[in-house]
Amino acid sequence: MVTIGAIIYEPGSSIKNKTGSWRTFRPVLDNEKCVKCENCYIFCPEGCIQEDENGDFKIDYDYCKGCLICMNECPVNAITKVREEK
Amino acid sequence: MCEVKVITGTSAAAEAAKLADVDVVAAYPITPQTTCVEKLAEFVANGELDAEYIKVESEHSAMSACIGAAATGARTFTATSSQGLALMHEMLFIASGMRLPIVMMVANRALSAPINIWNDQQDSISQRDTGWIQIYVEDNQETLDSVIQAYKIAENEDVLLPVMVCLDGFILTHTVEPVTIPKAERVREFLGVYEPKHAYLDPDRPITQGPVGVPDCYMETRKQVEEAMERAKKVIKDVNEEFAEWFKRKYGNGLVEAYNLDNADTVLVAMGSICGTIKYVIDELKKEGKEVGLLRIRTFRPFPKEDVKEFLKDANNIAVLDKNISLGFNKGALGIEMASILKNKKVCNYIVGLGGRDIRIDDIKAIIDHVEKAEDDETLWVGLKE
Repeated sequence: MVTIGAIIYEPGSSIKNKTGSWRTFRPVLDNEKCVKCENCYIFCPEGCIQEDENGDFKIDYDYCKGCLICMNECPVNAITKVREEK
Repeated sequence: MCEVKVITGTSAAAEAAKLADVDVVAAYPITPQTTCVEKLAEFVANGELDAEYIKVESEHSAMSACIGAAATGARTFTATSSQGLALMHEMLFIASGMRLPIVMMVANRALSAPINIWNDQQDSISQRDTGWIQIYVEDNQETLDSVIQAYKIAENEDVLLPVMVCLDGFILTHTVEPVTIPKAERVREFLGVYEPKHAYLDPDRPITQGPVGVPDCYMETRKQVEEAMERAKKVIKDVNEEFAEWFKRKYGNGLVEAYNLDNADTVLVAMGSICGTIKYVIDELKKEGKEVGLLRIRTFRPFPKEDVKEFLKDANNIAVLDKNISLGFNKGALGIEMASILKNKKVCNYIVGLGGRDIRIDDIKAIIDHVEKAEDDETLWVGLKE
């Protein structure tokens, strides 16, 4: 049900709007090759790459749109692309 | 007691905005609207009207400012004309899509090129599909009354759509007529305080207005506007009746006004100030024993389909006068609507008065003669030079 004027009355509702379904290519990060330079974390335009408590970097596929900027910026080619399958 | 002032159409609109106690006016001057916003600037400057007057650098900004103001819950007014209205075009969709009850006076004027400041109705007709309610008035009194009614219609919870009150440039905007001005307290009582429930700015209630409408929900928002337009027909009629009870003036049934329709086989259909001239011609012909009727369309959007069918069911010769032209179809907007509704009747379309060309009494008589003799639907440009 769309509200009158399409007004959203609930703050923070965009968190529920999972944008990962737009993806054609999925970036896959190999933590064995990763040198923790943080380039992918800095360049991700959606802020969906985060460092976990072990110091490993993780991609949040709920929001990653598959732009592959992280892959292009990775100096050690630790990120590869895989075609999404439905 | 009411006060009677001899004023122009633009002053009447400004007086009405003052009576409605608007909170925000954002406007840019454009001929022939200018005197309306000048008057409002004067009211704000001398303390007669307690409103925020926003000076903007274009009509696009004027409508943007109105949208922002209305989204906070303020009662908002603006006015424009011709190219200015065209410049507002993209913002007009936003106002109606966000369901903001903005009221705007449109001084009808031809569009360029060639540059022309005189009257026809091409400007507002070109905004037909923006989701705005459009009221076309016949005289200065109706301008004042319609701006007041427009707030009551726009702010109704069944409607929540912006309204434009269209009056013919110069013919009404710059000519003076006696206009009865009701008492401010009465008008404020009639309108009530605008208390928006859907859209208002409050730090304790954060909301998102004008968000992205993905394919999953966009169509529903359009359907909601269409349904609101449909409900607006009843609201416009009710407001017209209620206004008559309070101020003793009414305009047909609110959507259309019938004049001498009862025994008329030939009926003219038109909008705006030209209807005054048509009524004069009808009275003249009546003296000669000839019955001709007029159906004045007051609201072009929502279009009063049911009323048109009902009022024109006995008429056989229908002459539709248009002060606009859909280039490439050789019909005016009213002509197109009428042809789509009255499928089994003879509907002739007359393109008149473009760019301020005079529409004389003889022209109207010639139209009546033509439609009575015409064998099929025709479109004719009246008053063209050879």
